[in-house]
Amino acid sequence: MADVIAYAETRDGTLRPVARETVSAARALADELGGRVVAVALDGPGSADAVRELARFGADRILAAEHPALTDYHPDAAVQAIESTAEASAAAAIVFPASARGKDLSARVAGRLNRSLATEVTELGVEDGSVVVTRPVYAGKAYAKLRFRTTPALISIRPNVFPVAERQGGGVVETLDIQPGDARTRVTGTEGGARERLDVREADIVVAGGRGLQAPEHWEMMDDLVDALGPQATLGASRAVVDAGWRPHGEQVGQTGKVVSPSLYFAIGISGAIQHLAGMRTANVIVAVNKDPEAPIFGVANYGIVGDAFEVVPRLTEEIRTLRDSGG
Amino acid sequence: MNSIVCIKRVPDSEARIRVAADGESIDPSGVKFDMNEYDKYAIEEALQQREAAGEGQVTVVTVGRDDARETLRQALAMGADEAVLLRADVSLDGLPIARALADEIRDRPFDLLLFGKQAIDDDGMQVPAMVSELLGLPCATVVVSLEIDEGHVTARREIEGGHEVVEFDLPGVLAAQKGLNEPRYPSLKGIMAAKKKPLEEKDVELVDGGLELVELSGPPSRPEPEIVGEGAEAVPELVRRLRQEVKVL
Repeated sequence: MADVIAYAETRDGTLRPVARETVSAARALADELGGRVVAVALDGPGSADAVRELARFGADRILAAEHPALTDYHPDAAVQAIESTAEASAAAAIVFPASARGKDLSARVAGRLNRSLATEVTELGVEDGSVVVTRPVYAGKAYAKLRFRTTPALISIRPNVFPVAERQGGGVVETLDIQPGDARTRVTGTEGGARERLDVREADIVVAGGRGLQAPEHWEMMDDLVDALGPQATLGASRAVVDAGWRPHGEQVGQTGKVVSPSLYFAIGISGAIQHLAGMRTANVIVAVNKDPEAPIFGVANYGIVGDAFEVVPRLTEEIRTLRDSGG
Repeated sequence: MNSIVCIKRVPDSEARIRVAADGESIDPSGVKFDMNEYDKYAIEEALQQREAAGEGQVTVVTVGRDDARETLRQALAMGADEAVLLRADVSLDGLPIARALADEIRDRPFDLLLFGKQAIDDDGMQVPAMVSELLGLPCATVVVSLEIDEGHVTARREIEGGHEVVEFDLPGVLAAQKGLNEPRYPSLKGIMAAKKKPLEEKDVELVDGGLELVELSGPPSRPEPEIVGEGAEAVPELVRRLRQEVKVL
């Protein structure tokens, strides 16, 4: 059997959006390989209900482990669960989300299984029976197409890239019997769980600010714009303003920050250093606002406005509010 | 406190990357190379831990070609005590690199094994956790803060919208994220001293990994850019385009 295992990431007993993408991508791969999709989830008691809906995205089997010790990320137990599932089903591939947890876990599983891993994959398919992936390198300044010579092929998919596809049929939830023993690595808590904004990698719309905004207090108007755009929007920042201490580095977009692929990216007062462009050029639509008409950011932007951010941003917020209020 | 820090020589983040004519490598002409930025946080942490303990050895290790010597010397100039060059051609597959590092490190005594969270060339973000599994050690990746108290590590790692607190007992593996510390610049004295510090070189045979490169290509091109207008008056037209032309609002 050419089964494909999908790691279904949950947090606090709910599916993370990227879990649907992971199972959908695994389904598409399994269809090409002619195998089943086996979703694996680990979380605290009562979490199995949340993973039931993965059947709608093409999971043939849903293996859910519930245990109080699995409420937080439990790397050792997760490695063990995926290792045993992979062995039992002679998996052809294991698909993870390239989330914080997925990247940590996928590399541990790769070490345990002594198998190669392709991270942050943006294309996934089968050629001549082998799994073939495309992934950005040099923060997206180049793309590498790679072929797996060994199985299982270990893959993490970049969030916001693979479509979520609903299917008929699908499996029921089965209990995955995991007894978390003494862990080598213990996650003893999570901070900042009740966050106001999405992570910059997960948001559909990113409003990013740079040095053109002149001072940290000017992010108030950026906040207003994000609020107007709605819960799928979040803030991003250039390296310059993170290095200046104006913004937290979790918001930094670029080669030494986060690489993002939202459907809409606003670059406000960002000139467009090469390392920044590398981090956002795969956004679907890019809008640049900058005083300098020669700024390199205009070279990658679909739409540009040459002008003062302090005039353009509030006006943009106003227009978007009007649009939202009229139900548009 | 003995630490081993694994580092990598990579193109500078401001480098323009062009795919070479062979379609399998990058054109190195005009590309400036430097120590991977995240590795500097790892080295700094090892130096601070040695200083806090008042004793210990910091060893830097890399897999690379002859030119990686320069990067190792840079680490020695920052204050590392000794360096090891595992000479091999580096591929885009992280597993053979992790195996080579694990084989080198396995018999060395250490408390902390440090990495940068990611190399900014292949962006694989996998070697630290792979090595931890190969050596059977605990591991925390993307670490932004760290406390070590009598051999017990409490680290905070960055996750979406917050942090996870990770604990383990030494020896263990840490992968450093920006924010962990402020890496020092090598002093002139450090640079002079680095020339006399031991730098061991050996050829290693990388195992065959499971990934082969089919081709390397440039990024997909972006649509032709368009200036919608100037100042706030251009905003209504921008919003109209975003709604009607590309339908993202």
